[in-house]
Amino acid sequence: MEEQNPESLAGAESHGAEAGHGGAEAAHGGHSPLSVFEIERVIPMHIGGIDVSITNSAIYMIIAVLAITLFLTVGMRGRALVPGRWQSMAELSYEFIAKMVRDNAGSEGRKYFPFIFTLFMFILFANLIGMIPFSFTVTSHIIVTFALAAVVFLGVTAIGFIRHGASFLKLFVPSGVPIFLLPLMVVIELLSYLTRPVSLSLRLFANMMAGHTMLEVFGGFVIALGILGGWAPLAFIVALTGLEVGIAMLQAYVFTILTCIYLNDALHPHH
Amino acid sequence: MEAEAARLIGAGLATIALAGVGVGIGNIFGSFVSGALRNPAAAPKVFGNVLLGFALTEAIALFALLIAFLLLFAV
Amino acid sequence: MPQLNPEFFAPQLVWLAITFTILYFLMARIVLPRISGVLENREQRIQSDLEKAEKLKAEADEVLAAYNKAQADARAQAQAELQKAAAAIAAEAAKREEAFAATLAERGAEAEQRIAATKTAAMAELRTIATDVAGAVMTKLTDTKVPPAQIEAAVDSAIGARS
Repeated sequence: MEEQNPESLAGAESHGAEAGHGGAEAAHGGHSPLSVFEIERVIPMHIGGIDVSITNSAIYMIIAVLAITLFLTVGMRGRALVPGRWQSMAELSYEFIAKMVRDNAGSEGRKYFPFIFTLFMFILFANLIGMIPFSFTVTSHIIVTFALAAVVFLGVTAIGFIRHGASFLKLFVPSGVPIFLLPLMVVIELLSYLTRPVSLSLRLFANMMAGHTMLEVFGGFVIALGILGGWAPLAFIVALTGLEVGIAMLQAYVFTILTCIYLNDALHPHH
Repeated sequence: MEAEAARLIGAGLATIALAGVGVGIGNIFGSFVSGALRNPAAAPKVFGNVLLGFALTEAIALFALLIAFLLLFAV
Repeated sequence: MPQLNPEFFAPQLVWLAITFTILYFLMARIVLPRISGVLENREQRIQSDLEKAEKLKAEADEVLAAYNKAQADARAQAQAELQKAAAAIAAEAAKREEAFAATLAERGAEAEQRIAATKTAAMAELRTIATDVAGAVMTKLTDTKVPPAQIEAAVDSAIGARS
C-alpha cells in the first residue's frame, strides 16, 4: 500500500508484476487500463508561477472548440431557406437546446441560452471526440467536469440571489411541511443543494471514465486471448463503442438539462 | 488481514451497489414498457424522461464503480 | 488514477477557462445570432407565404362563387327561354288545332248538307219512281187506270208511314 502513490501507478509498466497490483493489470501485461487518461505536456509553459503548459487535454479542448465552430458556421454558411443536411443538423442542435431551455427554465431562461448552448456543445463534442480511437477525452477528468459544474453552481446561485435577494433562501424551506420537521427538511434541502456540483461533475466524469476504462479492459482481453479467442471481446468492443457514443450524447444532455433545472430553481424559487 | 487483501475486498464490496442500481434501472424500463403498452400514444413523450432517469440511476452505479477504482488504483 | 494528480490541475483549468470563454463568445456573438436569424427569416417567410396562400385561396373562392353564380344565372335563363319556347309552341299547336278543327267542322257540315241534299233528291226521285212503278203495277195487275194524283197520295202516305 505504501508504495502506491498515484505517480508510481501512472507509469505502471515498471512494477506491474509486483504485489501491489491486482489481476487487471497482470492481464494487460503491465499496461494499466487507466493510461488513456494520462496527461502529457506537449509545450511546457509557465506564466507567473502558474503552469499553463499546453497538454494533450488542452489540445483536445482546442480541437473541440474548432470542431464546434466549424460545424456551426460551415453548416450555416449557405443560410439557405430550405436547409441541407448539415444546416439541418446545426439548426436542430440550436432548436433542441432552445426548446430545452424554454421548457425547463421558462422565458426568463432565454437570457442564459448562449451559455447553456455552449455548455452542451462543449461537453457533447468533448465526449464524442473522445470516442475516436487514440484520442483524449477532456471530460474524463474530474477537474474539468468539476470546474464546469462549479461554474454552473456558482452562476445559478448568484442569479438566484441577484434576482430574489434573501428570499432566494426560501428555496430551502419546502412549503406544506409540519413545523417540527422543518429544521430537518431545511438541512436536507441545503445538503442536496450543496451536493449538486459534486453529483453533476461526478456523473459526467464517472460515465466517461468508466466507459473508456471498460473499452480499455476489453481491448486488453483482445490482446490476451490472441488471434483465436480475441474476436469475441472485439465484437463486444464494437457494440460497446456504439453504446458509449449514445452515453456521450446522453451525458451531455443530462448535464445540460440539469443545468436548466437548477437555473429554473434560481429563477422561480417558489414553486 | 493484509492491507492489499483488504483493498481488493473493499473494491469488490463497492460493486454491491450495482444490485440496487440494477433494480432501479429495471424498474425504470419496466414501468416505461408497461406504461407504453397501456397508452402507446404517450410513450414518445415520456421517453426523454426515461433516458434521464436511466442516466441518473446509472450514475449511481458509476459512483460505486468510482469507489472501486479509487480503492484499486488510488489508495 | 491520473485524474487525481494535482500536478495537471492548473493547466487543465487554465485551458478550460480559455477555450470555454472563446467558445462562449463565438457562440453568443457570431454563431447563435446567425442561426436564429436564419430561423426567424424562415419563420417570417413561411408566415408570409401562408398569408399569401390564404389570400389566394380567398380569391379563388371568390372566383368560384362568381362562376357558380354565372352558371346558375345561365341555367335559369335557359330554363326561362325553354319555357317561353315551349309556351309558344304550345300556343301555335293550339291555334293550328283550332283552325284544323274549324275546317274539319266546316267540311263536315258541308258534307252533311250535300248528303242531305242528295238524300232529298233521292227521296224525290224515289217518289216519282215509286209513283211510276205503282201506276205501272196497277195497270199491269188490274188493268185499271188509277189517276196519278191518287197514286201519288198513296205513295206519299206509304213513304210518310215508312219514314
